[in-house]
Order: sequence, then C-alpha cells, then structure tokens
Amino acid sequence: MIDVLLYALLAGLGVALVTGPLGAFIVWRRMAYFGDTLAHSSLLGVALALLMSIHPTLSVVIVCLVLALILVVLQQQQNLASDTLLGILSHTSLAIGLVAISLMPSVKVDLLSLLFGDLLTVTAQDIVIIYSIGTASILLMVLLWRPLLSITIHEELARVEGIPVTAVRSAFMLIIALEIAIAMKVVGILLITSLLVIPAATARRFARTPEQMALLASLLGCIAVICGLSSSWFLDTPAGPSIVLCAGGLFLLSLIKKQ
Amino acid sequence: MKAPLIELSAIGHAFQGNRVLSDVSLTIETGQIITLIGPNGAGKTTLVKIVLSLLKPDTGTVTRAPDLRVGYMPQKLHIDPTLPLTLRRFLSLAEPSLQLCLNALAEVGIEKLIDMPLQSLSGGEMQRALLARAILRKPNLLVLDEPVQGVDVIGQEGLYRLIGQLRDRLDCGVLMVSHDLHLVMSATDEVICLNQHVCCHGHPDQVSTNPAFIELFGSRTAPYTHHHDHSHDPADNSRNGHSGGGHHD
Repeated sequence: MIDVLLYALLAGLGVALVTGPLGAFIVWRRMAYFGDTLAHSSLLGVALALLMSIHPTLSVVIVCLVLALILVVLQQQQNLASDTLLGILSHTSLAIGLVAISLMPSVKVDLLSLLFGDLLTVTAQDIVIIYSIGTASILLMVLLWRPLLSITIHEELARVEGIPVTAVRSAFMLIIALEIAIAMKVVGILLITSLLVIPAATARRFARTPEQMALLASLLGCIAVICGLSSSWFLDTPAGPSIVLCAGGLFLLSLIKKQ
Repeated sequence: MKAPLIELSAIGHAFQGNRVLSDVSLTIETGQIITLIGPNGAGKTTLVKIVLSLLKPDTGTVTRAPDLRVGYMPQKLHIDPTLPLTLRRFLSLAEPSLQLCLNALAEVGIEKLIDMPLQSLSGGEMQRALLARAILRKPNLLVLDEPVQGVDVIGQEGLYRLIGQLRDRLDCGVLMVSHDLHLVMSATDEVICLNQHVCCHGHPDQVSTNPAFIELFGSRTAPYTHHHDHSHDPADNSRNGHSGGGHHD
C-alpha cells in the first residue's frame, strides 16, 4: 500500500517542479486560457491513443502541438478576438474528445480519472515518463530562460537584439505540451491550468526577481502536492482536486501579506 | 565620405491591400539625426519596422552598412505587473556585465534607480531606461520610436538634449519618430514629413514653412513663422494620397 502513496508523491512532486517556472511564464505572458485550451485538447489525444494503440503521452503531446499551431495560424488570419478563438477551440476540442471516447464501446475509459486526475494509480512506468520528460522540460527552460524573458518583455526589441523569436516561442509551446501530457495523470485535464497559475500567482507576492518567483512557485506546488495527497490519504478526498484546493488555500494565505 | 548606415529606396508596402507606404526613400548617415513626423496612420511605425528588419517591404530596396548595429528604443513597454523585474535585471538581459550596465545608466542619468522595479518608474525614467538598454548594444544607429512619449515638457527638452549628446558621443545616426513638432524641430538635422509618402523633407526651418507640411499640421503648430522667402520643389509637394488634411492630436 505504501508504494502507491510513494509513487503518487513522486509523480506529484515531479510535475509540480516543472509547473513552477512554466507557470510563471504562463502568468507573465497572460497565457492561462491558452494553456487551458491545450489541456482540454488532450482528451482527444487520449482518444487517438486508444484508437491507434500508441502511448497516450505521445499522442497528447502531438495533439497539443497541432492545436497550438492551428491557434497561431488562426490568430494571424482571423478577425476574432484571441479569447473568443480560444473559447471556440478549447471547448470544441474537449467535446471532440468526449464524443470520440464515447464512440469506442470496446474500450472502457474512466472519464472521471481523465478529467480530474488519478494520482493513486500511478505506476513505476509513469514515474519514469514523468521524470524524463520533466528533466528535459527543465533543461530546455534553463537553456531558454534569457531569451524567453526577453521576448516576454518586448518581442520586437528581442528580435532586434538578435533573438530567434519564432524558435523560442515554438520551444515554449513544446514545453507546455510536454507538461500537459505529464500533468494529466496528476490533476486531470480540467485542472492542469490551476497547477500552472495558482502557485505562480502566490509566489509573485514574495518574489523580487523572475528566478525567485519561478523557484518559489515550484516549492509552493510541491507543498500543495504534499498537503493534497495527505488529505486524499487520510480523508479519502479525490487527490487531484485536493491538490488544487491546497494550492488555492496557499494563495488565500498569501493575501495576508501586505504588498 | 563614409557610406550611409542605411539606405531605403522607393519603398512600398501594403497590409491586406491597404497601401501604407508608397515610394518612400530615406538615407541615414553617421552623426545625423532624422525625425519622422506625420499623422496617425501615416506609416511611421511601418517604416521603422522596415528599418529594423522586422518587416520586409513589398517593393523597393533596403541597403544596410555591413557593420550596422541598431539600438532600438520601442515606443512603450507593457510589462505585466506579475513579472518582478528590476532595472538591473532588465538591462542584464542585453548585457551581463554590471559595470557596462552602470555606465549606460550613468549616461542617461538614472544610475540611482538600478534596483527599482521597472513598473515603478515614471514616464521619463522609463524612457531613459529604454535608452540605456538601446545604447548597451554600442549601436551606430539608434532607432527611437516616440522617445518622449508620456514625458512632461521639461523632461522632453532634457531627453532631446540627451539624445543629441548620445549622438555625439557614440558617433551614431539617429532615426526618431515623433508626434510633437515644436521641441523635436530644434533637436533634429532633417525632418521627414510622412503621410504614406514623403510629403516634404529637409531642414526643420524649411519643412515648417512647406505648404504640404502646413496642410498636414496647420500653420499653428509650425514652430518657425519666419523665412517665407523661398520656393519649394514641386516634386516634394505631390498632393496625391492626402487624406484631407488629417489632423494630428
């Protein structure tokens, strides 16, 4: 029994470590809704994985990247406001996923665990995937830290200063897609954004540099995972929502501090 | 005579069929301050983007000096309040050496603010911070998009003086975009009055009395009311494309 808890804890911490710095960028670049849209599309990724018998992590990453590409193209061509466009794609892709899964009667899918996470069924293989993808994401972010910060501040200034903006932005999309693929198991498709946004927003109140904010967000994410998992273990609450609730509680606590 | 830093000739550009620039030519030499003025929608920003290589013009050619290094000062910086960023960190993104950052800040006169969050700077301080970042790249061409925006009149004079000093010390060319007319006229070598095409250009004294200029801005705003004794090259006052004397705010 104890290895279930250990696996769950390891998986949760692995995901929380990456969501810190990534979430900080999501908050700075005002991309919360964008992240949500990509996360919603991952249900379609799961459906495709079942259909073609490939690993869901792979298909989720691919679907997220394709959706990100569609978004970028539509944003350039359409006259719709960005948030309207995101609203359309976000819910359409979620609906496609739900319909696609319902059309596959041969496979039994636990929809609730996909939508809200199923941390207590994490396997050793999941841990390996989470930590290898997580390590790759963090390495990529360390490598891209300065250019990413530059384009977050002013994209054209960054371009004039010689930063390959398109390449950096694409790499950032890739990191988001990778993180969604590994966070799905922990908090589920519908709650992934909260794990990105809430710890970063909490960390903002204590940080004086971008780096402090990113590291603190990771730490707060880890605390939320530990508290949420404890609650799940002792009070039998669902793990994913409990983790998000703890993150929200930490944010409320942070409001006590005067700015 | 040194080759020009950048030479644009017969530039034309349109966005989705909307013609923004036609037949615009422009040469910037070392040590020269050129100011682009014109009403909203005149294509100033588009022209600046072409100079910065951010945009490829539909027609015309751009020739850059092989050693061209551009320092760019954007019009405005929108930094999300959630991003904790001090002036020091902001400059370090362009130049890791603290000493060089301090030198640049001293040059623009705000070295005391190095540990302030960027969001707490006043309008004038922010413009100086952006200028410091631009000169950190040791540019030979400074491109300044509305450098005195959000700065009070006294601060504007100070900024224009500073830009003149920087031009002398860095020995660079300067391309400025400006909205206001009076102050910028005294701080510039050449004015280019743009309204999708070059309405008129030349020394500020000449331009301010040019009929094309007066039509665009009204004589009230023209800073110099003397020198009505010279004629104008008719080629400069082609009236095509004027949007009925679009007024400038």
